[in-house]
Amino acid sequence: MKIAFTASGDGWEAKIDPRFGRTDYILVYDEDTETLSCTDNRDIQQVAHGAGPKTSQLIFDLAPDILITGNGPGGNAAAILSQMNLKIYVGAGGMSIREAYQAYQNNQLKEGV
Amino acid sequence: MKEIVCISGKGGTGKSSVVSALAWIAKENLVVADCDVDAADLHLIFSPTARKSEDFYSGIKAEIDPAKCIGCGLCAQKCRFDAICRKDGVYEVSALDCEGCGYCYHICPTKAISLPEQLVGNCYTSDTRFNCSLVHAKLGIGADNSGKLVARVKNEAKVLAKKEEKDYLLVDGSPGIGCPVISSLSGADIVLMVTEPSLSAQSDLARLWELIQKFQISAACIINKADINPEISQTIRTWLQKEGIRHLADLPYSSDFQIAITNGQSVTEQNNTKWQPMFLKIWESLKEIQ
Amino acid sequence: MRIAIASGKGGTGKTTLAVNLALKLAENHSTALLDLDVEEPNSGIFLSGQDVQNLRAVRMVPQWDQKSCSLCGKCPTHCRYNAVIRLGDYIMVLPELCHSCYACSELCPDNALPMQEQSLGQIRHLRSGNLDFVESRLDIGLEQASPLIGQALDYADSHFENHKYQILDSPPGTSCAMISATKTADYAILISEPTPFGLYDLSLAVETMRHLEIDFGVVVNRWGIGNSDILDYLDKEHITLLAKIPHNREIAKSYSQGEILYQSFPEVDQAICMIIRHLEGIA
Repeated sequence: MKIAFTASGDGWEAKIDPRFGRTDYILVYDEDTETLSCTDNRDIQQVAHGAGPKTSQLIFDLAPDILITGNGPGGNAAAILSQMNLKIYVGAGGMSIREAYQAYQNNQLKEGV
Repeated sequence: MKEIVCISGKGGTGKSSVVSALAWIAKENLVVADCDVDAADLHLIFSPTARKSEDFYSGIKAEIDPAKCIGCGLCAQKCRFDAICRKDGVYEVSALDCEGCGYCYHICPTKAISLPEQLVGNCYTSDTRFNCSLVHAKLGIGADNSGKLVARVKNEAKVLAKKEEKDYLLVDGSPGIGCPVISSLSGADIVLMVTEPSLSAQSDLARLWELIQKFQISAACIINKADINPEISQTIRTWLQKEGIRHLADLPYSSDFQIAITNGQSVTEQNNTKWQPMFLKIWESLKEIQ
Repeated sequence: MRIAIASGKGGTGKTTLAVNLALKLAENHSTALLDLDVEEPNSGIFLSGQDVQNLRAVRMVPQWDQKSCSLCGKCPTHCRYNAVIRLGDYIMVLPELCHSCYACSELCPDNALPMQEQSLGQIRHLRSGNLDFVESRLDIGLEQASPLIGQALDYADSHFENHKYQILDSPPGTSCAMISATKTADYAILISEPTPFGLYDLSLAVETMRHLEIDFGVVVNRWGIGNSDILDYLDKEHITLLAKIPHNREIAKSYSQGEILYQSFPEVDQAICMIIRHLEGIA
């Protein structure tokens, strides 16, 4: 399984970025290879409108099976993500990536729409 | 740190008054962000002195270099916004009409068109009379608030709140239901809706709620001027209960609000004995929301 | 004569003034009222009447034709609004973000993004007594107010050409939408309150009117609250004060119930008459 997180930094101790579209980083943990990789999304700050779709496109290219985020994607982003075979969990705002991953493993996160 | 966003959908419901009243109560422990950029009024109460001012660039508009333009008119012909006109033999872009789609840029045979980013306003970080920091912005004429600007103001405020070790970020959110509101809501922990008992505010509240439900955010509501129309207030309370939105308070209609604004004050500092306990209670309930 | 009612911010009584002024004018003149506050059209709460026409406003957005598409990947780079997204071998169009600029469609080498009609909102024409009332309402979730405002104004051009007065209830603020609604007006009435908030927002609206080179006057609503700084400002800036509407709790209550004010409150009636006298002077 590949698990993507919206994050405000790099590494396991970074916090989940509760924002979806305007998240600073996207971290992907590959459970098979046990590696955590980081994609810088800070260019999104230059996007006036449509940040959600832009970030969704990036998520598509990273091709994770699971997405863990905070508030959840807005309408447009949700429409794009629904084209992927992706499970979304929300409500991880405030947690570190490590805590969010544990919460996911313990079924403590809410499933998003 | 907790982020509380105050929004109203319709203007004139007293959202900014509520934000400044709460800010006065909690001033030791928060940073305030004014994202109601189209009608940014908080600075009138907070008397900010900017310690940092930055230009804000957003969006693009086409610009034609008259030296390279051969006057073929293809751009004017293709522009869907009637933003390009022939003037004294050369083509010109009307900045007010250009939507920055960049179509003309792609098709110009002599590459005479560029798409420079527009300086649309300023973003400030300020010290205030309240001793809390305020992040706010000012836009030029015809410049629209955007998700980008709201994100910028909120980001600045968030970094500041962390640096100053404050527990709360209080955001005066954008009006309407478009992209700026989504950006106001994004990243928030709690949304506080300020409404009033009028038919128009009621219909706007419902539209706003439709949007908020898309996000994982705890919601609460204050009915301002509740005694102006007790019947509509009751309808709103019933609706809040049905939708599972916390009803935090009914605020009475009072000239104190206008008097406070006129004196450049928040209602909680203007009339301590009456309003301070009321807003203190609202603030405490907000803090309790998970 | 086309008159825009505008304000720097919402909640200052713009809609109330537009409705009351239009109804009063309609007593003696052919008058149309256009609610152009398309995101939150509220004039209709105060008016009822018989439907004359109910139009679906449409706009053009691209639709992906998978069969023609060679997946060259140009369309997302042509769209500045992130409304065309490529997901592997799938092209997705997000109509909410589309500005109908046609770039992706006309620049597509395969003609795989033909433009198609899509609902934008509703334009509803009602007749209420002597008044023609047009409400334009943007579909929920759509952001581009200006195209719908343009269509509503086109409707007015073709249907109310011979009306003596067209009153426009503009969107609040100084945004694109407000400018689209006011830029074709012959005259603008700015409404504000005598508070520091009101004065500040008014100064922004005044700047906008001067930028657009539209002649305007000011109505001060809720006169009696706040202070008189606004009058000093008007004086200093040589701006016409059209009328002052006194503050009154009963007026606020009556408004909240969607009632017409000038029939019950002589002070409102008087203010409206003063405005009309001024309009007749410049017509």
